[in-house]
Amino acid sequence: MASVARSMFGDFLRRLARNRLAVAGGTAVLFFFIVSAFPHAFSSHDPNRIDVFKVLRPPSAEHPLGTDELGRDVLARMVYGARISLKVGFVAVGIATSIGLLVGLFAGFYGGLTDAVLMRFVDIMLCFPTFFLILSVIAFLEPSIYNIMLVIGVTGWMGVSRLVRAETLSIKERDFVAAARAQGAGDARIIFRHILPNTLAPVLVAATLGVAGAILTESALSFLGIGVQPPTPSWGNILTAGKDNIEFAWWLSVYPGLAILFTVLGYNLLGEGIRDAVDPRLRGR
Amino acid sequence: MFRYVVRRLLLTIPLLVGISLISFLVMHMAPGGPIGVATDMNPRATAEVRERLKAYYGLDQPLYVQYGRWLGRMSTLDFGQSFSPDGRQVSDKIRERIPVTLAINVLSMGIIFLVAIPIGIYSAVRKDSWFDRISTVTVFTGFAVPTFWLALLLMILFGVKLGWLPISGLVSLEHDSFPLAGRIWDRARHLVLPVLLAGFGGLAGFSRYMRSNMLEVIRQDYIATAKAKGLPERQVVFRHAVRNALLPVITILGLSVPDLLGGSVIFETIFAIPGMGQLFYQSVLSRDYPQIMGILVIGSFLTLIGNLLADVGYALADPRIRTG
Amino acid sequence: MRRVLAAVFVANLAVGSIGLLAGCAGEKKESPGKEASGKQEAPAHGDAIVFGSNGDVSGFLTAVTSDSASHDAAGYVFNGLVRYDKNVKLEGELAESWEVAPDGKKITFRLRKGVKWHDNVAFTSEDVMFTYRKMIDPKTPTAYAEDFRQVRRASNPDPYTFIVEYDRPFAPALASWGMSILPKHLLEKYEDISKSPLNKSHPIGTGPYKFVEWKPGERVVFEANPDYFEGKPYIQRVITRVIPDQATMFLELKSGGIDSMNLTPLQYTRQTETEEFRKSYKKYRYTAFSYTYLGFRLSHPFFADRKVRQAIAHAINKKELVEGVLFGLGQEAIGPYKPGTWVYNPNVPKFPYDPAKAKGLLAEAGWRPGGDGTLEKGGKKFRFTVLTNAGNESRTKAAAILQQDLAAVGIQIEIRTVEWAAFINEFVDKRKFDAVILGWSVTPDPDQYDIWSSKKTGPKELNFVGFSNPEVDRLLEDGRRTFDIEKRRKAYFRIQEILAEELPYVFLYVPDSLPTVHRRFHGIEPAPIGISYNFIRWFVPKEQQKYTSFRK
Repeated sequence: MASVARSMFGDFLRRLARNRLAVAGGTAVLFFFIVSAFPHAFSSHDPNRIDVFKVLRPPSAEHPLGTDELGRDVLARMVYGARISLKVGFVAVGIATSIGLLVGLFAGFYGGLTDAVLMRFVDIMLCFPTFFLILSVIAFLEPSIYNIMLVIGVTGWMGVSRLVRAETLSIKERDFVAAARAQGAGDARIIFRHILPNTLAPVLVAATLGVAGAILTESALSFLGIGVQPPTPSWGNILTAGKDNIEFAWWLSVYPGLAILFTVLGYNLLGEGIRDAVDPRLRGR
Repeated sequence: MFRYVVRRLLLTIPLLVGISLISFLVMHMAPGGPIGVATDMNPRATAEVRERLKAYYGLDQPLYVQYGRWLGRMSTLDFGQSFSPDGRQVSDKIRERIPVTLAINVLSMGIIFLVAIPIGIYSAVRKDSWFDRISTVTVFTGFAVPTFWLALLLMILFGVKLGWLPISGLVSLEHDSFPLAGRIWDRARHLVLPVLLAGFGGLAGFSRYMRSNMLEVIRQDYIATAKAKGLPERQVVFRHAVRNALLPVITILGLSVPDLLGGSVIFETIFAIPGMGQLFYQSVLSRDYPQIMGILVIGSFLTLIGNLLADVGYALADPRIRTG
Repeated sequence: MRRVLAAVFVANLAVGSIGLLAGCAGEKKESPGKEASGKQEAPAHGDAIVFGSNGDVSGFLTAVTSDSASHDAAGYVFNGLVRYDKNVKLEGELAESWEVAPDGKKITFRLRKGVKWHDNVAFTSEDVMFTYRKMIDPKTPTAYAEDFRQVRRASNPDPYTFIVEYDRPFAPALASWGMSILPKHLLEKYEDISKSPLNKSHPIGTGPYKFVEWKPGERVVFEANPDYFEGKPYIQRVITRVIPDQATMFLELKSGGIDSMNLTPLQYTRQTETEEFRKSYKKYRYTAFSYTYLGFRLSHPFFADRKVRQAIAHAINKKELVEGVLFGLGQEAIGPYKPGTWVYNPNVPKFPYDPAKAKGLLAEAGWRPGGDGTLEKGGKKFRFTVLTNAGNESRTKAAAILQQDLAAVGIQIEIRTVEWAAFINEFVDKRKFDAVILGWSVTPDPDQYDIWSSKKTGPKELNFVGFSNPEVDRLLEDGRRTFDIEKRRKAYFRIQEILAEELPYVFLYVPDSLPTVHRRFHGIEPAPIGISYNFIRWFVPKEQQKYTSFRK
């Protein structure tokens, strides 16, 4: 059993590696990971150090990406901002995935009334335009990094739940599940030990794509002024300053925008690549 | 088909109830409830305003009574008075602004249509060619680019540097003094950037979808049969493949309503377009709770309609759904 | 206009609209690029001016609105009995002249004759009487009733005389009659004037401009009143466009979509220095009638000790603030009055930037550096939250600079920006704050009773920091109960000394107002009160006029 899994995994990796776009995406993802994990390697400046006499300087040797409206080093802020943006992305997706998994597993496994109720709930949630819902909740609570993570997560689990439910439905009829049951395994064990691991592939795809979406949403919220609040740096709120100074301090707009672009692109390509690599049926298309 | 539509409509009812429940929950999430921030800027009037609002929301009543009143009001689209200084009825303000938002979104759906479909089809037919690869990457980039950023860049380029397009508003100042043709042209010019950008995001998903749909269809046997019969490729593609791949289009368009609405918040704010999205953003900033709730609910109604259309489209495409 | 809603003014003053009434004045009237025309252009009627505004009008009657966009609009259509002239002295508007009785308790206004409402009905003292009654009427949702309630008796013995009597002399009284006068014949049937069409859709006043149209969310349009009693204004149309986004507004300015706006310091210094811009626009600059401050909740245990407040004042580098927030376009503030005015006292105790001294004072107050550098006393770290309202870039920047300055002496602050509406109601009114960064607009009349009186510390009142000083209370009364300038000056000078010593606020900076107007508008003469005082005399020479056709 294990060796089959291992070779399946090996196949998966090989297929993934052959997909050039996915590899490019993965590289971008890895790059930003490293940047956020080792910020000091990329910038020696203090991202919060204000210097009013160095406001809005263009890129130079000392400040490779220029300075912002308070004289802070843009590269440093972007590097630490990477950490924030990624953190929000991951936690939000973590929340969304967890909820989606639970809902999907239970709906698929138990079927009947549970399924009907849960799926109706999903339908209802899907009736709200997501961005509207997020904005409404933030209006009622307050913009803080934790609230944003929470809100993005709580409004983004519906797709995952449907995916998981579909997988659960097909998996639960399989032999090994019947075998486990024959061995006397309880519901929980079956769900979490046997079904869950097999739903991970599409969930992984959804999660990867979800991180991209969460980063975009967070940057949009921060840009509108209701996301991460300054002086905490986030790519989105650096862009707000960029917007206010756009034709004059292009570096404030260009670099964070590019950073968002490449990160999101990376996650998208990687996610698509995983999807292609995981399901050979979809290939050869 | 008819029966399916009716069934689907009936299903909408529990959804509506669900919408009312969730929005009720959201409303009471604010610390202090819906009037926790009685934001009449006028300190003198605040005490009276509070009393009025309390009575209106029935806040001294038990929760289920409050919910009942909310449900009733929601079904008549009465969301009360806006907290903003003008104090107008929320439903009036929304009604004023919906046409603009809808117009832009419909137009952008049109753009998505016109651009994404050919791209998708061609990519499928010429799979793995340069065109396919490049358009894949471009489309993905479109997916990944923060559209508000792009909006600003385009505004600078076309609005200021080149001066080809106006940069904000719906009409110019002298609009009313133009002849009819001039007025149409004026509106059109103002709409170019917002519509383009609004559609930009949807382009990626849609062309991708067209592509994979086309590929599915192409693989089908009957295509192979047609080819075997010696029909020229173009005919095969257009007559059979495209027609079948197009059917789910309504579905996609219907499903894109929520995203378009969300995007309208950003675009209308950036381009100073007096639509529902801009109103929503302002309500959020000023904690104008009745207005926020009103727009949220209307937005979900629109999404509901979009979903309905999507399902109908899906059913049209796939007869199995109708009967199954 | 009283200060009751001044805070609202300043917050909403997110650098968008040119205030006609909230006049700003200055001694520093530097206009870069002298008036190029040596020859005098002949004034011509015609053309239109387009202003950009951050917010939309919410109503047209000043009495029942509180935002600057609405007040600006009302300023075109309505007149008050008096107004401020270019040197910030009161002059008559609808009142031709007035007399203050020797005991200071009675003011007699002689009203202008021959003034007509826009619907051609004659203006008389009945209208003034009506306005007074409405202002004190509890059914009128106005924030400005206080001043009018001081009146013991009002009378109008003939159509062109209006007399008010007060129990005690009330110096701000005169200024309070700058309130827009309402037309009795059009409003008398409305119990609540805020619900009348004059407020909601179609104002009718006596002012230089008549209302043309209001497209909510888009624009307001006014047209010159040919029968205006000071002469028909030259500029034929005034249009205010609603552009909520600051960046967009600036782009509109550059592409000619609007003719005038208030620039931010950044735009003034860095984005408008091009040949292209100067060709089309002229920039003006004068000290604004406002100041920004750091306010302490005086009941907070940290701030109860005056030494701590003074230490914080020493820790703050105001020069850095002026440079960083205002790009040098402003000056340090040391008190609540505008530099250069008769009431401003430059000789008050000052607390110059001196981090060492700050640390010393803090040590005296019992604060010692802890392990991580933050000050500690009795196990508590010196940490607090500074609140400010969102959407105000200057305040956010100021907060960030303050954070750095205070960190250098071991004080950690957390900055929280909150939406204005929530800010006032949830935090300020409920006293749920440690410290705030806010601003006040400074009214021309020096009475600041509402801010500093110990009687005004209730919820929703303006002395929300809780300042209470018996001597200041007494001086506030002295200041408002006499019309004698010298007596008033003495009282206010002393108040400023006490405020500087006690530091309920650390006064941070006074910004400059930075309007810019398209060059085709001639006749603009900067004065202490600003540039808009003679708006009706601005004109565009015939050959330079841009907007020549008006359908409606």
